[in-house]
Amino acid sequence: MSSKVRDTKFDFVKHRNKFFAISLALIVLGGLAIAIFGLNLGIDFSSGSRVDLQSESKLTTEEVSKEFEELGFDPESVTLAGGGEMAVAAFKDELGKDEIAEIKNHFTELYSVEPSISTVSPDVAVDLAKNAFIALAIASVGIIIYVALRFEWLQGVAAIVALFHDAFFIIAVFSILQIEVNITFIAAVLTIVGYSINDTIVTFDRIRENMKFEKKVKTFEDVARVVNKSLVQTLARSINTVLTVVFAAAALTIFGGEAIRPFAIALLIGLVAGTYSSLFIASQLWAVWKGKQLKKKKFTPAETEV
Amino acid sequence: MVKKGRIVAFFLIVLLLGGLIGTTVMGVTKDIKLGLDLQGGFEVLYEVEPAQEGQELSQDLLNSTVSALYKRINVLGVSEPRITIEGEDRIRVQLAGVKDQNQARELLSTQAELTFRTTDDKEKMSGADLKEGAAKVVFDNNQPVVQVTLKDPEKFANITRDLSQLPQPDNRLVIWLDYEEGDSYKEEVTKPADEQKFISDPAVNQVLSQNTVVISGPPFQLEEAENLKELLNAGSLPVQLEEIYSTSVGAQFGEQSLDKTVIAGFIGVGLIFLFMLFYYRLPGVIAVITLTTYIYLILVVFNWMNAVLTLPGIAALILGVGMAVDANIITYERIKEEIRSGKSVMSAFKAGGRRSFTTIFDANITTLIAASVLFAYGTSSVKGFAVMLITSIVVSFLTAVWGSRILLGLWVKSRALNKKPGLFGVKESEIDEL
Repeated sequence: MSSKVRDTKFDFVKHRNKFFAISLALIVLGGLAIAIFGLNLGIDFSSGSRVDLQSESKLTTEEVSKEFEELGFDPESVTLAGGGEMAVAAFKDELGKDEIAEIKNHFTELYSVEPSISTVSPDVAVDLAKNAFIALAIASVGIIIYVALRFEWLQGVAAIVALFHDAFFIIAVFSILQIEVNITFIAAVLTIVGYSINDTIVTFDRIRENMKFEKKVKTFEDVARVVNKSLVQTLARSINTVLTVVFAAAALTIFGGEAIRPFAIALLIGLVAGTYSSLFIASQLWAVWKGKQLKKKKFTPAETEV
Repeated sequence: MVKKGRIVAFFLIVLLLGGLIGTTVMGVTKDIKLGLDLQGGFEVLYEVEPAQEGQELSQDLLNSTVSALYKRINVLGVSEPRITIEGEDRIRVQLAGVKDQNQARELLSTQAELTFRTTDDKEKMSGADLKEGAAKVVFDNNQPVVQVTLKDPEKFANITRDLSQLPQPDNRLVIWLDYEEGDSYKEEVTKPADEQKFISDPAVNQVLSQNTVVISGPPFQLEEAENLKELLNAGSLPVQLEEIYSTSVGAQFGEQSLDKTVIAGFIGVGLIFLFMLFYYRLPGVIAVITLTTYIYLILVVFNWMNAVLTLPGIAALILGVGMAVDANIITYERIKEEIRSGKSVMSAFKAGGRRSFTTIFDANITTLIAASVLFAYGTSSVKGFAVMLITSIVVSFLTAVWGSRILLGLWVKSRALNKKPGLFGVKESEIDEL
């Protein structure tokens, strides 16, 4: 693969508008999807209760509903999972302490597996998500400052755009596939954010290095040439790294338990999006901005700074 | 001339590492504390409400509530309780591996305010009149009862004098645990015994001037008596706790997700190893060694920090593996590039190492910044994720950068690799003429 990759003549910058258009279209579609389908909020993000049951034999929804009815409960929905041996019952209300105890005792006796029960009032998980988002916003500022010091601030902004691009992408996919959004979903988004930054910085690092070797970078074309060269040079690394992490995420998707599957799927999609944005969005954005910056500077006496 | 000493040193290091990991890894993994999502248990988020009107929720009050909760949890014998104050009026309690979740819940949220009342619900005495930490279980006709000691026997004598002069059935001293406004003895007493909210209602026929009072019923099971004793000794909560979020994971659910996640993790890491070996040859071998060391060290450090492993933590661990692999790939790709440009293996190793270092450094620092902010501002699972991520980044930096370099350096400096670019996965035909 390496020799082929090395000789890639693909022009990453020339086709930038196509990539931007693809991303923009995906974001619009994703936004529409979120607007139309909404997110399949798990119990963590809506109020109510959720009872996870497991049995050693196959269950049916009728059977589970009947058991609840006999206990005097009326679940809003009962769905089967995990090949029919698991069932999830959702309730609109928050179950009380005593009710939880009653349900636990009943089903532990019946199926000899202790059920898992969560109840939540809606503001709690929303707080968690809000907190995560605020933390992310502050982290973004921190990253921009660091990148501005070590690289240049335009690259910092481009990295953050790529980061939010990837985070949004996962949220949209969750909406389209109607995968349940729970607290582990937040962990998945954060993981992708981490990966996305890491990936983008690696390409920017190569751009920084190649810019140093360039005698003159005066026009957009010069910038484009450097970006292209850098992307081609780091292509083997980009592909290999994403391959290895995709191995890990795919293994989790296929072999991991039910509880971790939504997380693993989010990871899988996000990793691909993260690589895509570092290869096709972040550097190109920077090239365009840098080109504009150079154009402005042309008319001022100041030295072009690299 | 090949310097065999360095190659011998390489194998010695690998053997030592292998020996260390092989002999201690079982112990290390056994010591890892698993979060309740991985081993069962439950978590409750309480909203704190003042117990009395006009009481203000201060940090001190929250702290004393937390220490009262810790005392109660000790009763349950949960080894790793976690209680954290969140925001201004929330307390999160996480109990992993607790055997009887129902009992634990009951024990936690009970305010444990003992009151002694008349039959028309007037408060005569409260927990404040009892000697602290002096409750004990004694046996009365082989029946376990709870004995409490009074601070002021005189007060009790006065109360019992008044009561004993009342006609039956009003001469009863009603003992309540967590009397709530609106509870009425006269209503409760008509209910079947096991539904009554008060604990007991002994009739008082004479003046009692002793300094101990026995709470005898409703006939206690030994365990119930013990629980009540512990609750009274742990002290009442200065506040009321309202459950606003709770999640409980059955032990089997937790075990299952852990087993599957571990197996999936092994498969994923195995695939990564195969890929590295196939693609990078000798450096791939070194990547496998350093990645194994990385995973081992992460577990050791994690134990040492006394942190709890949860599903989001595993997510961060995977990201860490990804970044460690990435550091290896960046270095080896760089060395390959240098070899292709016509450099000798020795100088390609040096140049590649130097140049890849800044790349890895900047990428790691940027991610570290993000992780630190998440740690500082995030709550619960976000924080857990951040802790694991920070640990992973530091350890992966040490193993994948420093460790890889030393191990690969031994080979390169032994000169055994000179003129053997194939061992780096570079074909002769790809090398540019200088």
